[in-house]
Amino acid sequence: MSDRSQLIETGKPFAFDAQRDAEFERLAKRYPTRESLILPSLWLVQEQEGWISAEAMAYIADRIGTFATMVYEAATFYTMYNLQPKGKYHICVCRTLSCYLLGKQEIVDYLQRELGIKPGAVSADGQYSLEEVECLGHCGSAPVVQINGEFYEYMTVDKLKELLATLK
Amino acid sequence: MQVKLLSARFDIPDAHKIEVAKEHGAYATLDKVFAMQPEEVIELVKASGLRGRGGAGFPTGLKWSFLPKNIDKPVYLAVNSDESEPATFKDRYILVRDPHMLIEGIIICCYAIKSQAAYIYIRGEYTTQVKALQAAIDEAYAAGYLGESIAGRDYKLDVTVHRGAGAYVCGEETALLESIEGRKGQPRSKPPFPAVEGLYGCPTIINNVQSIASLPFILANGPDAYKAYGTEKSPGTHLFGISGLVKKPGMYELPLGLPILEVIDKVAGGLRDGRTLKGVIPGGSSTPVLTPEEAQTVTLDYESMAAHKTMFGSGGIVVLDDTVDMVKLVENLIYFYHHESCGQCTPCREGLGWMLKIVKKIIRGEGTTADIDLLTELCDNIEMKTVCVLSAACTMSTRSYLNKFRHEFEAYVSGGASSQTAM
Repeated sequence: MSDRSQLIETGKPFAFDAQRDAEFERLAKRYPTRESLILPSLWLVQEQEGWISAEAMAYIADRIGTFATMVYEAATFYTMYNLQPKGKYHICVCRTLSCYLLGKQEIVDYLQRELGIKPGAVSADGQYSLEEVECLGHCGSAPVVQINGEFYEYMTVDKLKELLATLK
Repeated sequence: MQVKLLSARFDIPDAHKIEVAKEHGAYATLDKVFAMQPEEVIELVKASGLRGRGGAGFPTGLKWSFLPKNIDKPVYLAVNSDESEPATFKDRYILVRDPHMLIEGIIICCYAIKSQAAYIYIRGEYTTQVKALQAAIDEAYAAGYLGESIAGRDYKLDVTVHRGAGAYVCGEETALLESIEGRKGQPRSKPPFPAVEGLYGCPTIINNVQSIASLPFILANGPDAYKAYGTEKSPGTHLFGISGLVKKPGMYELPLGLPILEVIDKVAGGLRDGRTLKGVIPGGSSTPVLTPEEAQTVTLDYESMAAHKTMFGSGGIVVLDDTVDMVKLVENLIYFYHHESCGQCTPCREGLGWMLKIVKKIIRGEGTTADIDLLTELCDNIEMKTVCVLSAACTMSTRSYLNKFRHEFEAYVSGGASSQTAM
């Protein structure tokens, strides 16, 4: 697991773009408390920027009207919020139970060799990041790999080779 | 053996689109529902015998009836679509292939419990699934099935999707509520139970996706039609997820009560050629493992599982053959639960990490018999000493492997284990 205690400052102010702003306002009408907007807002930031900076957390707190520590607490607790930039292709390999039984380790080993990075790391050129994650809910089509949110089922090293060739 | 109640529209092309779903019966129960009193809907669901499909198997209609009478606060519905228990992948099919069945179920439930706001808590990893679900909800709003006036009636209902972000513990109902309220997913002490004091301090019903999605069939066809499937105490059908070392893993809708080994053989294609059965995980990673001998007499219902000292759980069956190293499997499971501990209770936060260290030591060949006993002792000292059952999910399953496959742990300790699977 990567370090989830450190925030990164970009030195630049953050703001939602028009699309995220509209989605924030739509959601604001759906919850009786402003704090319920914390998780959705973190997702909106991540969709917009790919990761969540210290400035973005401060912006969310300000926008919601809550303490920055509330936003920080949620951002650091939930492991899908990226607290640092990920690769252009973020590759998650499920490591749990059925994927384990059906050979997830071969896939992880192959990706480590091919990309030259360990799980939790980003390649030097920023192209790839690799992560071993817990059960992705695709046990019936294990092993499963998720790349930038898309699921690839019944994965094998051969299929992965073909897939990587398309990710340039 | 397979039946198609919940999965009736799964194979119809574009059934996720509202026009197609409606052609095949979606939203057809609403006239009937709105002609009934809310209490009558609750009674009908009670009569169907539907039990919560998230894992606990609590009767759904009975749960609804725990809401306090004469409430002066809003009532909320939280639909649990966290689906994070390893080996569980059934609700995903509903979200993608027939989301309007879920939305219709939400309307039925909300009418029965007098709620005007439902939240669907969906796990963050379900990226493509959340898009499919949101698209269906947008369609339902546009078609007038959600919003200010449901199907032209004087009844308002908003349905909002709330995305989790990678925490297994949020499948626990009070952690789920905390997460909707914007906080860390740390479970609350009970009582008060959510039906009395749940989301935003208001009465709240939390139901699994499949439980809610079962409602349109029950309303359309009546409780007796539902009870025609399954057993007396475990009526109906379930979307079983069969995975692991079988020829045809996948999601299959079956009536409850079928013999587990027959299902593995006839539905999931049986074991791979030349392999023999070593064990079966019956209902998700937390349920105690069954030996092949025990599995002989197990049927897929709540009573049979309890009689065999395991649980029906989420219906996620994992088949283990003779290539599986049970000690390494246990390491994989303890790692999962340790990683997913929310950190609130010391026995779980520290204890599961300690268990992981011990099992790793055993696998390295540095363990002793005392370490195996210590693992058992830790299970006993962690279980039921925490706010929620995440730690018990780890200890109950671990203990079953320690008891039933102790010889594999002892083989590591005495240096005789042959590593059969890579980890």
